[in-house]
Amino acid sequence: MTAPFPTHKQEEWRYADLDALRPVWQQFAEPLTLIVGPGETFEKIWLPGDDDVLVRRVQIALEAGAKARIFVVNTASEYGRTELDVSLAEGADFELFGANIGTGLSTNEIVTNVTHAGEGGRSRQVIRSVLNGKATGSYLGKVEVARGAQKTDAEQSVKAMLLDRGATANCKPELEIFADDVKCAHGASVGELDAMQLFYAESRGLDPASARALLLEGFVMGLWDSAKDGEAISEAARDALRKVVG
Amino acid sequence: MLEITNLHATVADKPILNGVSLSVPAGEVHAIMGPNGSGKSTLAYVLAGRPGYVVSEGGATFDGRDLLAMEPHERAAAGLFLGFQYPVEIPGVSMLQFVREALNTQRRARGESELSGAEFIKLAREQAGLLGMDAEMLKRPVNVGFSGGEKKRAEMVQMGIISPRFAVLDETDSGLDIDALKSVGAGINRIMRGPDKGVLLITHYQRLLDYVEPDKVHVLNAGRIVRSGGPELAKELEREGYVEAAA
Repeated sequence: MTAPFPTHKQEEWRYADLDALRPVWQQFAEPLTLIVGPGETFEKIWLPGDDDVLVRRVQIALEAGAKARIFVVNTASEYGRTELDVSLAEGADFELFGANIGTGLSTNEIVTNVTHAGEGGRSRQVIRSVLNGKATGSYLGKVEVARGAQKTDAEQSVKAMLLDRGATANCKPELEIFADDVKCAHGASVGELDAMQLFYAESRGLDPASARALLLEGFVMGLWDSAKDGEAISEAARDALRKVVG
Repeated sequence: MLEITNLHATVADKPILNGVSLSVPAGEVHAIMGPNGSGKSTLAYVLAGRPGYVVSEGGATFDGRDLLAMEPHERAAAGLFLGFQYPVEIPGVSMLQFVREALNTQRRARGESELSGAEFIKLAREQAGLLGMDAEMLKRPVNVGFSGGEKKRAEMVQMGIISPRFAVLDETDSGLDIDALKSVGAGINRIMRGPDKGVLLITHYQRLLDYVEPDKVHVLNAGRIVRSGGPELAKELEREGYVEAAA
């Protein structure tokens, strides 16, 4: 049986483009599930595709000491959604590096629910969005720390650059903590390029447009620094940025 | 080469430079010394065109062209280089990519041909080697995770690659240990000593001047040049302090 079609009243679908989702819902109603065994490591790079609508819904269970690292570029021309529901057992480690790069009227979003169920888990989510036109880029990230999950170290860093007045960035980190000895950091900013970085680049000879393009590339490209094979995703992100920065 | 005439500048409406006049002919290295807050860095930023540094009176020309009318990138293409006191970090952009784009943009603006990837890497490695910087560092994001001394050395590597006609070096010596100071000093001499080049060396201390001997030394105080002299002036300042020497 197919799960009921979502509505905007559900927090995790609040900013979704439901009209775009409707025709493909059948395929994505059930998330994929994935289990990473004790001490194992899972690394995945999700590249953008050619489809106007690209939805990924994945549940990941990290068993004791397991590690998962996900890299994703969300840049669907109509609606892109990367949804991750991750649970961490004792000492597990989860990292997500994601970019929303949007132009036109597109909606791209990253929605996560990370549950620290065991002690000493670590999660790190770094999201960067670059949006122009009337594009929307969202991050909805919930971190739950269960009662016994002491020494949890959770971090969410979310930054967005809006290149046009009509573009929208939504950012909603959410924490639910039931343990008392944890570290949960989150930072979010929506902004413009750093004036000192721009001046530095221009003082070395880059004209303002090239300096902006280079800094935006850097803003996103830092995400792939830790990927084992980051070439393809760097290239994909660069292509997407070229369309947005123009 | 660089002519500064009665230059007044404000930052956030506060007057910092109050009539600086200075002439650096081609082939010369001039040092500017002065206490904290005397306007040394402001002078450097005004020459490079940092937004927010407003010239209220006076002017500056570079090879007879009105420097202050140019955008920062046009000043760079004209041959001006600012060595930053606090080099800026740019995460996600490698040193190689950054300097290559900078150099090739300058070259295009001057109507010169661009360097190919291979030519550029050869040049960059060579310059890094000459300044004692591990060439692997060129692959790292611009200044990210570099120590204070490494940042200053990296500035000199960039200068070596770009090979500007005129360099304004803002406290390039701060944060350097004695070995780094020697190699940076040698770098400045190697890259910038020439009949058609010039340097304005901004520094607090005499010690860099042991390695890069200036043709002239100027003392900046309260936004004005209060004394000028030969290299011996720097030694006098070191001995007697700014207050005595400027009196």
